Amino acid sequence: MDLPYTTEVRPDTGLTSPKLGIWLFLASEVMLFGSLFAAYVLLRVGSPAWPDQSAVLSVPLATLNTVILLASSVTMVLAWVSLRRGRLPGFRLYMGLTLLGGVLFLIVKAFEYSDKFSQGLLPSTSNFYGLYFTLTGLHALHVVAGLAVNAWLWLPGVRLWHTRPALFTNRVEIAGIYWHFVDLVWIFLFPVLYLL
Amino acid sequence: MLRKYLFSTDHKIIGLQYGFTGLFFLLVGFLLALVIRWQHAYAGEPLPLIGGWFGGNAPGGILLPEFYNQLGAMHGTIMVFLGVVPLAVGAFGNYVLPLQVGAPDMAFPRLNMLSYWLYLAGGLVMLASFFSPTGAASSGWTSYAPLSVFANDGQTWWLAAMLLVIFSSLLGAMNFITTVVQLRAPGLTWFRLPFFVWAQFVTAFLLLLAFPALQAAAVLQLMDRLAGTSFFVASGLVVSGQVIDRAGDGSALLWQHLFWFLGHPEVYVLVLPAMGIIGEVIANNTRKPLWGYRLMVYSLFVLGFLSFLVWAHHMFLTGMGTTISAFFQATTMIISIPSVVVLSALILTLYGGSIRFNTPMLFALAFLPMFGIGGLTGLPLGLATTDIPLHDTNYVVAHFHYLVAPGTIFALFAGIYYWYPKATGRFLNETLGRIHFFGSLVAMNVIFMPMFVQGLAGVNRRLWDGGAIYVHAQDTLYLNVPMAYAALALAVAQIPFLVNLAWAPWFGRVAGTNPWDATTLEWATPTPPHAHGNFDAIPRVVRDPYEYSVPGADAAFLPQGVVPPDADREP
Repeated sequence: MDLPYTTEVRPDTGLTSPKLGIWLFLASEVMLFGSLFAAYVLLRVGSPAWPDQSAVLSVPLATLNTVILLASSVTMVLAWVSLRRGRLPGFRLYMGLTLLGGVLFLIVKAFEYSDKFSQGLLPSTSNFYGLYFTLTGLHALHVVAGLAVNAWLWLPGVRLWHTRPALFTNRVEIAGIYWHFVDLVWIFLFPVLYLL
Repeated sequence: MLRKYLFSTDHKIIGLQYGFTGLFFLLVGFLLALVIRWQHAYAGEPLPLIGGWFGGNAPGGILLPEFYNQLGAMHGTIMVFLGVVPLAVGAFGNYVLPLQVGAPDMAFPRLNMLSYWLYLAGGLVMLASFFSPTGAASSGWTSYAPLSVFANDGQTWWLAAMLLVIFSSLLGAMNFITTVVQLRAPGLTWFRLPFFVWAQFVTAFLLLLAFPALQAAAVLQLMDRLAGTSFFVASGLVVSGQVIDRAGDGSALLWQHLFWFLGHPEVYVLVLPAMGIIGEVIANNTRKPLWGYRLMVYSLFVLGFLSFLVWAHHMFLTGMGTTISAFFQATTMIISIPSVVVLSALILTLYGGSIRFNTPMLFALAFLPMFGIGGLTGLPLGLATTDIPLHDTNYVVAHFHYLVAPGTIFALFAGIYYWYPKATGRFLNETLGRIHFFGSLVAMNVIFMPMFVQGLAGVNRRLWDGGAIYVHAQDTLYLNVPMAYAALALAVAQIPFLVNLAWAPWFGRVAGTNPWDATTLEWATPTPPHAHGNFDAIPRVVRDPYEYSVPGADAAFLPQGVVPPDADREP
C-alpha cells in the first residue's frame, strides 16, 4: 500500500507528510533541550558560586568543533542538491564529507572529555560540570543518531536511488533537516556553556 | 500470522494491541489499588488469601511499609502512563482516528509499530522492576526529588521505563498530527472533523510538547542517581541522619517544575480523548448534532493552550512565593471555563433528544455528573488559600479519581462498547453490559465519595495505616472498611465485562457495517475494515459530522461521506 503525500505535496497544506513529521519531531526536541536550558538557568541563578566557564572549558576546541559542524551542515545541503540535480557521485562525495565532519566532531569532543576526566573533573564535581556533561553528552548522542541515519543513506540506503529517486532525495532532505537541527543545538550550547 | 497480528503496521491491529495491553495494565493497576484499599481498612493484619504471595514483602501476610510505598507509586504510574493514556490515545486514537478522517492508514505505519513496541518494552521494564532486588519504585508516581534520588534501585528502572514510554508517545503524537493534517479525505475540511478527531489532535500536541520536559527531568534524575550529580540535591542535605556527601547546590523544586510541566498537560491528555469519545456516543444516541460544535472545538484549543500555564498549582505548598501562586491560581480558574463549556455543551445536546439507552450511552450519561463532581471539587484545590488544608489529603485523591475513574475510564468503556461492533462485527452483550455499568457506577461512588469526607477531616494520603496514628483521623477511619469492600465489588463488577469481551466475538449478536445508524466515516467501511486501506474506495466527504434528524431530509440520518460504489478498490 502506498500512502499519499510521501513525496508529492498535498495542495491545501503545502507539505509532504515526512516533512511535517520531522518538524513535529524537532518541535519536541526543542522542548527537550529547552527544558534542559531552563534547568541550567535555574541552577545557575540559584548557585552561590559558578565557575568562569570560558576559563575552565576549552574555547579553541569548541570553536573548532563549531566550524566542523557548520561545515558538515553545508556539505549535507550539497549532498541533497546533488541528488536534486541527478548527480549520484556528488551525493556520495558530500555525504561522505558530512559523515567525516560528524566523526571529527565526536573525536574532538572525546579529547575534551578525556582532558576533563584526567583532571578529575567529573559530572559529580559541581552542577556546572554536571550540566556540561549532560547537555553535551545528550547532544553527542543526537550526533551519533544522525551519523547512523546518514551512514545508512550513504551505503545500503542508496540503492533506493535507482528505483525511486524522488523518495530517496526526500529521505536525504529529511535527514538533512534533522542534521541542521543538531547543528543548531550546538550553536546554542557553545555560547551558553563556553562563553557566558 | 506473526506479521499480521504481532508485527503489524496496520493501524487497526496496532490499535487492538494497544487496547489489550492497556486493559491488561489497567487490571494490574487496579489490583494494586485493591491491595492498598484493603491495607487501609485492615492495616497490620494479614492480607486474606493472597497474603502469602508477596514473600519477604509481606512477612506473615502483613505488608511491609516499604512494599506498601511501592504499591502506591506503581498504582499511579501504571494507571496513568501504561493503562489509561495508551487506551485513550494508543488504542482509540489508532483504531478510530484514521477511519474517521477517511485515511487508508496512519501517515507513518512503521513508526506506529515502533511506538507500540517501545510502549510495551517500557511497560515490561516497569513490571519487571517489582522483581528487582530492592523492588519497584517507591517514591510515588510523581517521583519527587530528593526522596527519589536516594530511593531504592526500582527508581532507576522507573526512569528507564518512563524514557521508553515517553519516546513511544512522542512518535505516536507526530503520527497522529501528521495523519490529521495530511490524510484527511477529500472534502473533509477542518470544521467537518468529528469532535473525537479534534480531541485527539489537541491531545497529540500536548503529548508532543509536554512530555519532553519529563524526558529532560528523567535524564537529570538518572544523572543524579547514577553519576552522582546534584541537580536535585541541595547543599547539606541530611538523609537518614547523615549529611549527604555531594557537591550540592541543586534544587528539589526544579524536579517539581519539570515534572508538572508535563504532569498538568498530562491531566488533559487523560481528559480530552474521553470528552471526544463521549461526544461521539452522545451525538449518536441522542440522534442530534452536538450542541455548539464549534464552541466545543474552540474550547479544546483553549484547554490545550492553557494546560501549559497551570502546572504550578500543584506546588502551592512549596514556598515558591505568593506572586507565582497568584498567577497560577488565576490561570487555573480560567482553564475551568472551557472545561465547563464542553461539559455544558454535552449536557445541552441531551435536551430535546430521543435518547437510546444502550450500554455505551449509559456510560456516557454517567460520565457527565461524575466528571462534573471531579471537576468542581478541583476548584478549591486550584485556589492557594483553600489548597493549604486540602493539599496531600484524601480529598485530592477523591478529586482526581472522580475525573479519571468514573470519568475517563467510563468514557473508555463507552468507547469499547460503541466501537466493538466495528472491530469484530458483533455487539457486546447488553445485559452483561448493564451489570458491568451499574456495578461499576455504584462501587466507584462508594469508594471515592468517602475520600472527600476523610480529606476534609484532614486525613493524609499515602499512609501505610490509612491514618490510624492520627487523632484527627479517628472519626473517619471506619469509612475505610466500606471502601475496601466496594473496591472488591468493583473487581467483581468487571467480571461480566471480561466475560463479554471473550464471549462476544463468537457468540455476540451480529452487527452490520453501521449498526448504530451513525454518520461518521468509520461506519462507511466494511466490518471489520480492510487491512491497509480501510475503505472500498477513497471516500468523499460531503457534509458535517453529525447530521442526525435533519429537518426535511429524506433519511433519519445522513452519512458524512460517500464511498464510490467501485469494485476496484484502492489497494
